[in-house]
Amino acid sequence: MSEEKTITIEVDGQPLETKAGALLIDVTDAAGINIPRFCYHDKLSIAASCRMCLVEVAKVPKPIPACATQVMDGMVVQTRSPMALAAQKATMEFLLINHPLDCPVCDQGGECELQDVAMGYGSDVTRFVEGKRVIPENNIGPLIATDMTRCIHCTRCVRFGDEVAGMREMGATGRGEHMTIGTFVAHNINSELSGNVIDLCPVGALTSKPFQYRARAWELTRHTGVAPHDSVGSNIQIHTRRGEVMRVHPHSNDAINEVWLSDRDRFSYEGIKSEERLTQPLIKKDGEWVETSWEEALETAASGLREIASADADQIGTLVSPTATLEEIALAQKITEGLGSPNIDYRLRQEDFRGNSRAVPWLGQSIASLEDVDSALLIGSNIRKDQPLLAHRVRKAALKGAKIQLVNPLQLDLHFDAAQMVSDPAGMVRNLAAIAEAAGGSHHLTEQIEVTDEHKAVAEGLKCSKSTVILLGNIAQSHPDFTILYGLASVIAKAADAFVGVIPMAANSVGAAVVGAIPNKGLNAHAMLENPRKGYLLLGIEPGLDINNPALARAAMSGAETVVAITAYRSPCLEETASVMLPMAAFGETSGSFVNAEGRWQSFSGTTGPAGESRPGWKILRVLGNLMDISGFDYSSSEEILDELRGAHGGELQVASLGAAKGKIRSAVTGLARIGETPIYAADALVRRAASLQETEEARDAAVARVNPSVAADAGLLDGEKVAVVQGEGRAEMVLKVDANIPDGCVWVPAAVPGSESLGDQFGELSLEKV
Amino acid sequence: MSALEIKNRNELFTPEIRAEIDHEIAKYPEGESQSAAMAALRIVQDANGGWLTQESMDEVAAYLDLPPIAIYEVATFYSMYEHKPVGRNKLCVCTNISCMINNSDQIVEHLNNRLGIKFGEVTEDGRYSLKEVECLGACGGAPMMQVGRKYYENLTPERLDSILDELE
Repeated sequence: MSEEKTITIEVDGQPLETKAGALLIDVTDAAGINIPRFCYHDKLSIAASCRMCLVEVAKVPKPIPACATQVMDGMVVQTRSPMALAAQKATMEFLLINHPLDCPVCDQGGECELQDVAMGYGSDVTRFVEGKRVIPENNIGPLIATDMTRCIHCTRCVRFGDEVAGMREMGATGRGEHMTIGTFVAHNINSELSGNVIDLCPVGALTSKPFQYRARAWELTRHTGVAPHDSVGSNIQIHTRRGEVMRVHPHSNDAINEVWLSDRDRFSYEGIKSEERLTQPLIKKDGEWVETSWEEALETAASGLREIASADADQIGTLVSPTATLEEIALAQKITEGLGSPNIDYRLRQEDFRGNSRAVPWLGQSIASLEDVDSALLIGSNIRKDQPLLAHRVRKAALKGAKIQLVNPLQLDLHFDAAQMVSDPAGMVRNLAAIAEAAGGSHHLTEQIEVTDEHKAVAEGLKCSKSTVILLGNIAQSHPDFTILYGLASVIAKAADAFVGVIPMAANSVGAAVVGAIPNKGLNAHAMLENPRKGYLLLGIEPGLDINNPALARAAMSGAETVVAITAYRSPCLEETASVMLPMAAFGETSGSFVNAEGRWQSFSGTTGPAGESRPGWKILRVLGNLMDISGFDYSSSEEILDELRGAHGGELQVASLGAAKGKIRSAVTGLARIGETPIYAADALVRRAASLQETEEARDAAVARVNPSVAADAGLLDGEKVAVVQGEGRAEMVLKVDANIPDGCVWVPAAVPGSESLGDQFGELSLEKV
Repeated sequence: MSALEIKNRNELFTPEIRAEIDHEIAKYPEGESQSAAMAALRIVQDANGGWLTQESMDEVAAYLDLPPIAIYEVATFYSMYEHKPVGRNKLCVCTNISCMINNSDQIVEHLNNRLGIKFGEVTEDGRYSLKEVECLGACGGAPMMQVGRKYYENLTPERLDSILDELE
């Protein structure tokens, strides 16, 4: 059958032009003709099991499912004929045999597909008086509430697990009347995309646990927004009731998140209501934190910074979170510049700043194009955890046959086929250099590199593909040799005719770089701490958790004269280091914009008022700017700031070189090497306070030190034992976990988890001690 | 995914069982090991005294490189797979329409009385277990039962007694 031929069919008397081979349900959907369905979902495979979409087709003796019927030229379809209506009504009656009719106590009530379709297509009274089937409850984790008695066996969740999440954990066990959907063996669902089954489930069988019994769908107001964590910039709907964020849903956008949402983006809203929210300005007076008025707090902050600046402006350092909005970052940059300081940076987790540091690190292509690559090399990226929906695109490419290869300091549990080259951090540089040599490129490392067959195979895999992409992930950006890794990636890219890009770490990393939160001649994020400044301006930062070297950060800030923290949370490490805390509006409470990995500017408005006395970050910065008599702070809305930024920085992003493949490998250590990943649910202040996410196995397993069996044996340490991780002056006690995925000579010690505040660089030498 | 997946395939089952399963896998195109799931479950069930443990299902999944849930689905769908211990002789008595008309109730009652067990139960000595099954396609010889691979047809209480005495 020719797929491209245009044909005409008739649906309910209406002629429709379409492509031959299209599914009938897609054609009617596009034409706005409603056909009821439960099992059909346009992002999942066809099951045709619910039978709700039965329609009448001329010359076919019985009703057929629209979801599994390809259209043919001249097809005449009736969706509301007596035959179709009778079939739909009968199906509805069957589906309701076992479904409880207690909508008022069901969490799905009011947004239930079964309820809606029963109203539209069902009968008003049931003929079945027999008892209904009841399924015992099982607990599948802190995010998803189950009530499988309500399940109608559409198998959307099962197909999602298999086809999208890549973890087939749910299935249909038993048969006939006894069939149940579940995990069979009770265990938690641990996919980083698990929450999507809540949206997929057409009934109240799978619902959101954090949202359970909190509100009804019709009480909620929907606001579109942008997810504030990874650099995908997933489009979301924030649902509020009476000024309170109740839940977050995906907002479909095929170019970005399609219809999906990662669990981090979906459930992190709980962090807004954290007990640690800062709702009142605070100043440190004689070592004690006291609540104060905005006037006094702002005056203290402004005069503190201004005094330092008037003596020596270079003594001011500004650190901004890459999850802050574009408008906030731009104003922080303007203040820093206005004070005369060149020191501003957003690259908090980066250690290596050699090379061209002013270039904007971004994906270099569109997110959607990732699924069309033939070959990909991911360098230092735990993409599945760090950017779950980019991993989904890469997985789609892999399923289509693309060759995916990774160079990482640990073996990853991936949901697609990939060749993983694992080594210690210094070995990553050598491996990449060897791949570059094998690909025919040249590098200028001071070390001799041995090229093995494995390297040649990787190079071959990259070279013999038509569309190849090389991406550097979060691990690479925190790596002590990031610029060399980037340089080598560029060499390989040139030799293999590939695209090279960086997967930005956070929601607004690209935006921060675009609006100039990168020092030109000033100090970068690391240098600002290595050479302590007298005054710091912190925007949305927790120094113990958000910075590559928290020990260094805490020491530098504790010794400073004035540390102004604009923050949504009153965190212990700010109490220790700051001198003024200005309460900032959190996610959902402020308007602003993010620039995502592909350079897309996305703006959103505030959905609720800020908690307590907190204020949107841009307003705080505006007043600070005015108090310091810096000109150009007369904005009346965040849109005005955005318009100005668009005019100045709105051009297309260029792929610029960040580093060169030369120099000394700094990541080589003599003892054990730390692999300091940032776990998925520790990435930023908001998610660290999202209660339900913190209860997941993923989060509970994060704050441990991992070593492989041979390292454990050499050190005489046992799995589950408490050990002290010693890095420089820093020391942290953690539980040891023996994990074969960690390479020899390395210890996986995460950043941004409790205990890691006292440690040094995310990658560096450390030792393990018995406690 | 199952922790068993890390386990080496050659450490699963005995060499004989592996050979039998491999023989079944070889019947299907490469990469279609899922097709051998039913046969593999049967082989493993036979080797385990007639029933499947969860661990044995996990091992089948690991051996065939399938997610465990895919094996649970198959193993719970077909009634021939047992999830509880059974007797050395599993008496599968048909109570479907032809057998029912030919008085299978009397056969069942006789078995209940003689063995002291009901459907789904095992005698204390582990010699017999009783199972109710649907039509086994031997309506011409109703009432009937299946024990192991053998059909016993035209059953009467007297015939049953002699059959039971013969079964070890």
